Amino acid sequence: MGRLSYITRRLVKGLFVLLAIVILNFFLIRAAPGDPAQVMAGEAGASDEMFIEQLQERFGLNRPLHEQLFIYVKGIVTLDMGWSYRQDQSVASLIGQRLPATLLLTGTAFCISLMFGVLMGALAAARVGKWTDSLITTVALIFYATPLFWIALMAILLFSVYLGWLPGFGMVSVGAGYTGLAYIGDILAHLVLPALTLGLFYTAVYARMTRASMLEVMEMDYVKTAKAKGVAPGRITRVHVLRNALLPVITLAGIQAGQMIGGAVLTETVFAWPGIGRLMFDALLQRDYNLLLGIFFVSSAMVVLFNLITDLVYTFVDPRIEVS
Amino acid sequence: MTKGQRAIALAMAAAVTAAAGSALAEEPKRGGTANVVIQPEPPGLIMGLWQNAPTQMVAGNIYESLLKYDQELNPLPSLATEWEVNDDGTVYTFHLKDNVLWHDGEPMTADDVVFSVTDFLAETHPRLRVSLEHVENVEALDDHTVQFTLKQPFGPFMGIFEVGSMPITPKHIYEGTNFQDNPANNHPIGTGPFKFAEWERGSHIHLVRNEDYHVEGLPYLDEVYWHVIPDGASRAVAYENGDVDVLPGGSVENFDVARLSELPNTCITGGGWEYFSPMAWMWLNNREGPLADKRVRQAVLYSIDREFARDAIWNGLGEVPTGPVSSKVRFYEPDVPRYDYDPDKARELLEEAGYDGEEIRMLPLPYGETWQRWAEAVRQNMQEAGFNVSMEATDVGGWNQRLGDWDYDMAFTYLYQYGDPALGVTRNYISSNIAKGSQWNNVQGYEDERVDELADEGAVAFPDEKRQEIYSEMQKIIVEDAPIAWLLEIEFPTIYRCDMKDLIQTAIGVNDGFGDAWLDR
Repeated sequence: MGRLSYITRRLVKGLFVLLAIVILNFFLIRAAPGDPAQVMAGEAGASDEMFIEQLQERFGLNRPLHEQLFIYVKGIVTLDMGWSYRQDQSVASLIGQRLPATLLLTGTAFCISLMFGVLMGALAAARVGKWTDSLITTVALIFYATPLFWIALMAILLFSVYLGWLPGFGMVSVGAGYTGLAYIGDILAHLVLPALTLGLFYTAVYARMTRASMLEVMEMDYVKTAKAKGVAPGRITRVHVLRNALLPVITLAGIQAGQMIGGAVLTETVFAWPGIGRLMFDALLQRDYNLLLGIFFVSSAMVVLFNLITDLVYTFVDPRIEVS
Repeated sequence: MTKGQRAIALAMAAAVTAAAGSALAEEPKRGGTANVVIQPEPPGLIMGLWQNAPTQMVAGNIYESLLKYDQELNPLPSLATEWEVNDDGTVYTFHLKDNVLWHDGEPMTADDVVFSVTDFLAETHPRLRVSLEHVENVEALDDHTVQFTLKQPFGPFMGIFEVGSMPITPKHIYEGTNFQDNPANNHPIGTGPFKFAEWERGSHIHLVRNEDYHVEGLPYLDEVYWHVIPDGASRAVAYENGDVDVLPGGSVENFDVARLSELPNTCITGGGWEYFSPMAWMWLNNREGPLADKRVRQAVLYSIDREFARDAIWNGLGEVPTGPVSSKVRFYEPDVPRYDYDPDKARELLEEAGYDGEEIRMLPLPYGETWQRWAEAVRQNMQEAGFNVSMEATDVGGWNQRLGDWDYDMAFTYLYQYGDPALGVTRNYISSNIAKGSQWNNVQGYEDERVDELADEGAVAFPDEKRQEIYSEMQKIIVEDAPIAWLLEIEFPTIYRCDMKDLIQTAIGVNDGFGDAWLDR
């Protein structure tokens, strides 16, 4: 079967998966105690019945559930994700506003972690049992096991408070009025700490996975054969071991890439990074149904898409795998 | 006094000295930027539409009302310069300033006030609506005179003209429109000292000086930035780093307050909450279980070391309340039965009531670590006195629902009292206010006929001496019945750079805006 028809079939399947996710999420979020009208009345510090009714009427929360679902799904089909109750803006525009910040953060962290993770993992595997291996394994384990928010806070304390090298919160220096290169430099300076913090965790994950996977491949007969044939060790590692060991890493990268859109709740919160992760967290606490569902929708669409891309990448990396 | 409390006391003393110095001699300086923390991010900045705390904190710079209040709750001029009340307290006449412009250049007149009260806020402001029930008529006598005629005297009426309670909203923008969907909602137009400039969602809100402000020479600052920083620890670091100058009350967790107060050029004040007079308590479900028995509820009060919690968790700020009315609110009655910490007395009462160790479910307030720790301290106190208390975790949505459904035994909360029992106290004790779905009414289900009568009489009695008599009797009955467990008259500490002068000038503190503030730099 050709690649094109495979992709089409997977996309159609993906649409049904998405619809199922939308419907499931619709009920899931409504199963949580409280509703947006109550939370907003709570914030207002007052709730006569008229006020709650006004809010419910305005948001259509007083309609029967199946009607609300129908309206929502009808909207989603036309890519209309509705109105955010709490932020008083369309969900699409809110996501649109936050998306660049999130992509910048998660994308940078993704590149850093994939690059350094695979490199460190490969190095550890090539020097297995030596001190380089022990060092990399230990450091990776530490970063893998340490909670992200703690690393984030310590990074702020060290680099921002004590050393004063890097800004500790936000994405730009508010009110500085930078333009051009200075503006880009300012964003990059703000990006360093959150991207490294987020990247460290994934670097550790990739390093551990690459090392384990390579050690497994090194035991394979074809590697022994290559050694027996007298192929140079560097070439064996690069061509025979690394390439074959990359499949699980690609799977993981696919999952991480799919989740990029969802943002990084903890990192974005600690660094006051104006991304989607924080938007989602606030929406959850405020029971902002439409906003939450909108973010879930976009991020699950990305997961579906990146799963497909991952499967396609397999076929390039390992010609033995065919599309079917 | 611990080391932390000493540091806070020093920073508070510095605040007092700085304020006294500024009042005595210094000439305010023009210019500069204030960087302030805001959390959570407000949903909108139209004060009449959104009555939550973050909206008021930012939009208090943009909007104004007829009056302000000093820290003793006496009225001060704002949009109104003078006012008169007739002899029986039913007609209030306000004379407005004649040089007030909206931020778009249109003149502000008495018609705007009438429109705001009778059209806009009557539809959008649930808290004001309750007070407006006493109003028969509002009319503009001329361009700069407004008259409110009441159906009968309403004691707290002079107290409802604070900007959060009655923000004056432009008639020329909203008349005849759907208020909620008006495109102008993205660009608030008020009369206040600062104008809206920009809002980068998730990052910051930017306000700039109103060059046409109606008070000569004000404001002093050029601009104010409100920074959205969602994490409490990061807000503390932002102050430590010098990125922000003001942490309004409640911006950082209480355990960070002592550390921050040790920083150079740092002042702390508990002032600026007098109008709201927030009081924290535990709702006790009077309807069922052990807490339906008055003696068990009294035992709860005796079992809690409220001074300890105030000192250990609230850095020694605030007063331990003696009853339902905060000592900062008018008609407070100190001569009531006391519930000083006495675990033995609590045990006796429990025995007398035949409490058999039945489990009591406690809901902490899901507002961060401070409230969690407080709940743990109270639980430990109560366990020591023989109660069997379990803690149940919720988030804000869940907490709202549990209280609205009366599905709890004890629940932490705090509510504003708005300076007068008729505005912010009796709502929690009258039986006509027992209804599911709200967290601000008589959630505990307390019923007492005499209290109902006194609350009704107190609201409309005239003059104040009469009201004092009525509310004193009411407070004595309620304290004896212990329908809820009063914990603390909260003073949320505002932390700021000492060279930011005249920051807190009124009874609502930074919520009244930065109109008087200036930087001595």
